[in-house]
Amino acid sequence: MNTALLNLNAINLVLGERTLLENINLQLNTAEIVTIVGPNGAGKTSLLRVALGLQKPTSGTVQLADNITIGYVPQKIHIDPTFPMTVRRFLALANTAHKKPFEELLAEVGAEHIIDAPLHTLSGGELQRLLMARALIRNPNILVLDEPVQGVDVHGQSELYSLISRVRTERNCAVLMVSHDLHLVMSSTDRVLCLNQHICCSGTPEVVVNHPAYAQLFGKHAASHLALYVHEKSHEHNHALTEHDHSHQHNQFCEHSGGKKSD
Amino acid sequence: MIDDFLLRALIGGIGVALVAGPFGSFVVWRRLAYFGDTLSHSALVGVALGFILNINLTLGIFIICQTLAILLFVSQYQRQLTSDTLLGILSHGSLSLGLVALAYMDDVRIDLVGYLFGDILAISATDLYWIYGAGGVALLGLMWIWKPLLSITIHEDLARVEGLPVDRTNWLFLGLIALTVAIMMKVVGMLLVTALLIIPAATARRFASTPEMMAILAIVIGCFSVIGGLLGSYYYDTPSGPSIVVSGCLLFLLSIIIPRK
Repeated sequence: MNTALLNLNAINLVLGERTLLENINLQLNTAEIVTIVGPNGAGKTSLLRVALGLQKPTSGTVQLADNITIGYVPQKIHIDPTFPMTVRRFLALANTAHKKPFEELLAEVGAEHIIDAPLHTLSGGELQRLLMARALIRNPNILVLDEPVQGVDVHGQSELYSLISRVRTERNCAVLMVSHDLHLVMSSTDRVLCLNQHICCSGTPEVVVNHPAYAQLFGKHAASHLALYVHEKSHEHNHALTEHDHSHQHNQFCEHSGGKKSD
Repeated sequence: MIDDFLLRALIGGIGVALVAGPFGSFVVWRRLAYFGDTLSHSALVGVALGFILNINLTLGIFIICQTLAILLFVSQYQRQLTSDTLLGILSHGSLSLGLVALAYMDDVRIDLVGYLFGDILAISATDLYWIYGAGGVALLGLMWIWKPLLSITIHEDLARVEGLPVDRTNWLFLGLIALTVAIMMKVVGMLLVTALLIIPAATARRFASTPEMMAILAIVIGCFSVIGGLLGSYYYDTPSGPSIVVSGCLLFLLSIIIPRK
């Protein structure tokens, strides 16, 4: 496809004795939201690091389209209380030429009130919004988020996800994110990759939650719970409509892990 | 009329405080106190090296600190030992190696206590050149990498994704810290270098709302610690290095007690 912004091709990552990623193919298209789900230790963060160019894969290629800017929203930042740093200064540190007024940027993520607050006093949700604002300063074509709702209460979580979809629509930028909870992210994602070292299954959220590999990975309960949710949400999940590959590449790794929650 | 040696001590001490403030702030923010200890503990090996190669002792100390900094940087990539274990091995290993090496060199007689705890009243004109020359280089270097270093301190990967030269900046910072430690040795001694790095910075924290303000306040507080320590040392004949640290601690206590505006 010629609209691909980011293309991961046959990525393998082996660190020491451990295989973290196995034959990962991933394509991210313009204005598309792709969510990676998987249990603890499935390699979700490693995959993001490879995509960001922070980790060199053992084999395989990472291709970025020309003139692409990536905005990165890390899982969390730890600010030592001894470090005097306000929100305004934090935004000013972004390495970029274009500087939209910070007030506007913070308003875009719904956090204009924190502009003069010291970083170490922010709540989990405020910090996530701030990190998003920092990523947006650079007018990214791709937004990469690592567990964007960690440490945020359930209400705040769905707000953050709708913020992400809104940013996608308004800025027309692609989103690649990691989530431990498919339930909340379903309505705001186009495509889901279920990861457990290799890609167990992929496709639209509806396809993935009904996939046996997904049920195996996250436990029957989670799957049925989600299936209900999907059922309420939409009665027409026609598999033929999904153009993406969702073939099942099941192998022994899928059975290793249970448990729905990620750290 | 102020004595020559006291004047030199004052100028040298203030020179060191100028450098220690900004570097100490980064040591506090990046939690590098133990790292600073490890670097300074290797100083005796540098002194021994200085005697063996017949070079300036501060240069010898600088070379060894630099080597150790590189060693520590490279060892981040190994996963066998946690970093504090590694720091502990290198810190005490190099301290002991220095003591053993110096004891072995029969014809060398040094003032060991002076190296361990500093001897600011014995600062020579050459020492002053070292402090202001090398200190100036260290400060200019730090100003050059100031902004990327702040970004890296907040989140290294974020800085990397934004295209900052993370590795180069980290290397440079380590080199500059090694330089700072080497020139601080004369004033407070190897065992107390970290104290003069972190105490003024920690004292400054409560009164600073930006990183720059904290660094500048740390300089001012460091200067007061040096002056206070020197006066104490001069009038009460107490050891100079520990006196400077004690007066720094008193200022720190004072900063906790006085209520914040």
